Amino acid sequence: MISLAGRDILHAWGKFFFTGIGLGLLIGVTLSMAGIYRGMVDDAKALLDNSGADLWVVQRETLGPYAESSSLPDDLWRGLRGLPGVADAANVTYLTMQVRRGNEDVRTMVSGIAPGAPGTPGWPPFLVAGRHLTRSHYEAVADIATGFAIGDRLQIRRNQYTVVGLTRRMVSSNGDPMVFIPLKDAQEAQFLKDNDAIHRQRRSTAENPAFNRPGVPDLLAAVNAAQTESTSVNAVLVRIKAGADATETAETIRRWKRLQVYDREQMEEILVGKLIATSARQIATFLIILAIVSAAIVAFIIYTLTLGKIREIAVLKLIGTKNRTIAAMILQQAIALGLIGFVFGKIVATFWAPHFPKYVLLMPLDSLRGFFVVTAICVLSSLIAIHAALKVDPAEAIGG
Amino acid sequence: MAGHGIGIAGLKKRYGKGDTAVDALKGVDMRVAPGEVVGLIGPSGSGKSTLLKCLGAVIEPTAGRMTLGAKVIYDNGWKVRDLRELRRDHIGFVFQAPYLIPFLDVTDNVALLPMLAGVANSEARRRARELLEALDIAHRAKAMPAQLSGGEQQRVAIARGLVNRPPVILADEPTAPLDSKRALAVIRILNDMARRFETAIIVVTHDEKIIPTFKRIYHIRDGITYEEDGEGIEIA
Repeated sequence: MISLAGRDILHAWGKFFFTGIGLGLLIGVTLSMAGIYRGMVDDAKALLDNSGADLWVVQRETLGPYAESSSLPDDLWRGLRGLPGVADAANVTYLTMQVRRGNEDVRTMVSGIAPGAPGTPGWPPFLVAGRHLTRSHYEAVADIATGFAIGDRLQIRRNQYTVVGLTRRMVSSNGDPMVFIPLKDAQEAQFLKDNDAIHRQRRSTAENPAFNRPGVPDLLAAVNAAQTESTSVNAVLVRIKAGADATETAETIRRWKRLQVYDREQMEEILVGKLIATSARQIATFLIILAIVSAAIVAFIIYTLTLGKIREIAVLKLIGTKNRTIAAMILQQAIALGLIGFVFGKIVATFWAPHFPKYVLLMPLDSLRGFFVVTAICVLSSLIAIHAALKVDPAEAIGG
Repeated sequence: MAGHGIGIAGLKKRYGKGDTAVDALKGVDMRVAPGEVVGLIGPSGSGKSTLLKCLGAVIEPTAGRMTLGAKVIYDNGWKVRDLRELRRDHIGFVFQAPYLIPFLDVTDNVALLPMLAGVANSEARRRARELLEALDIAHRAKAMPAQLSGGEQQRVAIARGLVNRPPVILADEPTAPLDSKRALAVIRILNDMARRFETAIIVVTHDEKIIPTFKRIYHIRDGITYEEDGEGIEIA
């Protein structure tokens, strides 16, 4: 038996092809939405992977440093380093801000990293060009997605930094590329007040008799110095010794230092389960809407194509074609349309994914799931057309 | 089955119930022998289409008996189990418009019926080609329906009606869209095929050009048929 669906598609290939392309664009958008969600999750995991930490020590009763603000004294790391099971500990600050590049701003996450060497928690684990930070001030390592090149100068608050190294896939959980600068500079950028605010604060302090005592001339200068100096960090990143138990070490820190500690699994739960949960639900809602729109379009197209063949279907039924042959023809056409749409959608999604401002991760398993969903949608959508076709009276071919 | 033609006796068809019931057929008798071509003529609303649908096993009569060869199709409320299979294997249709399947070429339009009956594609196409040659249209075997003239399309439709060697062919206004020359050519083909394949052919028509070619004519009016002898003019 010849394939009636195949012959019809070959005969009206233009109609099927261009309809398939239209559907494919819709499927491409759907796959891209799934890719955007995967990209967000991957960004979150990349942030954790690249931090080089096993434990995140943050301010008590906060979900810091990524989901909530957290502030810790910058000398805390020394005490942590001495605890059993801890191999290394380093301060870190994170600040999402606009960084000046020429005449435009780039949205970045500026990370202040403690002095040390490559491998210190918080440092970028690899570079694609240039070198790591070697000076205490005014040097930066930037993610290549920021658009900076080696030797470029970038401005953070009042200070200018020279880009000495480039890295890749160093992003915040929001997908903003990261810029690494020395910790002291980052603390200043994050906590330092502007000149007017400092002036107002000094005047206020000078008028306070408790700090401006005639008999203690250096007290006012000491208080002013303490107020302008920033001694806070957002978190301490801890790497545990090989063979040590992360849970045990975290419990030790909680017990003896009375701080909040998160291990990798908990931090992933915070980032994926809390920080991007709303975005994920937003994308899921959009995916459902797209699936409904796709189903409606496929149903409409197949229904219209079927109605255009009512007379032929009546003739086919009159000459003895089985209902299942006619139903199979419509079903096969719906699936073929979905297949054309899926192939085109997958191609366009693959080609336009790198042009999205944020990372789009198209996973093969998502594509496979998408294929089955598209097939299911096409099968369900064809039911209306099949119902219409099976209702056709063979007597319509005779007329009268 | 081919040896007995088609016969109906006391065929009735009622549409609706109660006060709104309409008797479209009021006891029709008809017999067409194998190899015979008869005309069925009647004005609009006379019951022509209803009779054709009953003969074509598309609708079921309310009462009466219909036989196809030795096979009883209807008998006062009883009917054969599978009318679809009956239509496929034992009744050929030729319509006013050819209604060829637009996405199949000429050969496959004709071969489709045997394929639907489970005949292998190669054998179905061999049968189709044989008929296309008999109808002098084999040179368009690979053409699509849209590439054919009206007369060519009608010949393909006749080939499709004949391909399963049905004992009866129902032709509904087969010459309506054709000019005199082509209309007579179609009737000549139907006559040739009827003789060649021992097929009983009933031609429903209004066409004055072809009426004189029938040897026997059934007139239908108000659901009742009247038989008369036709002129039976031979077409050269």
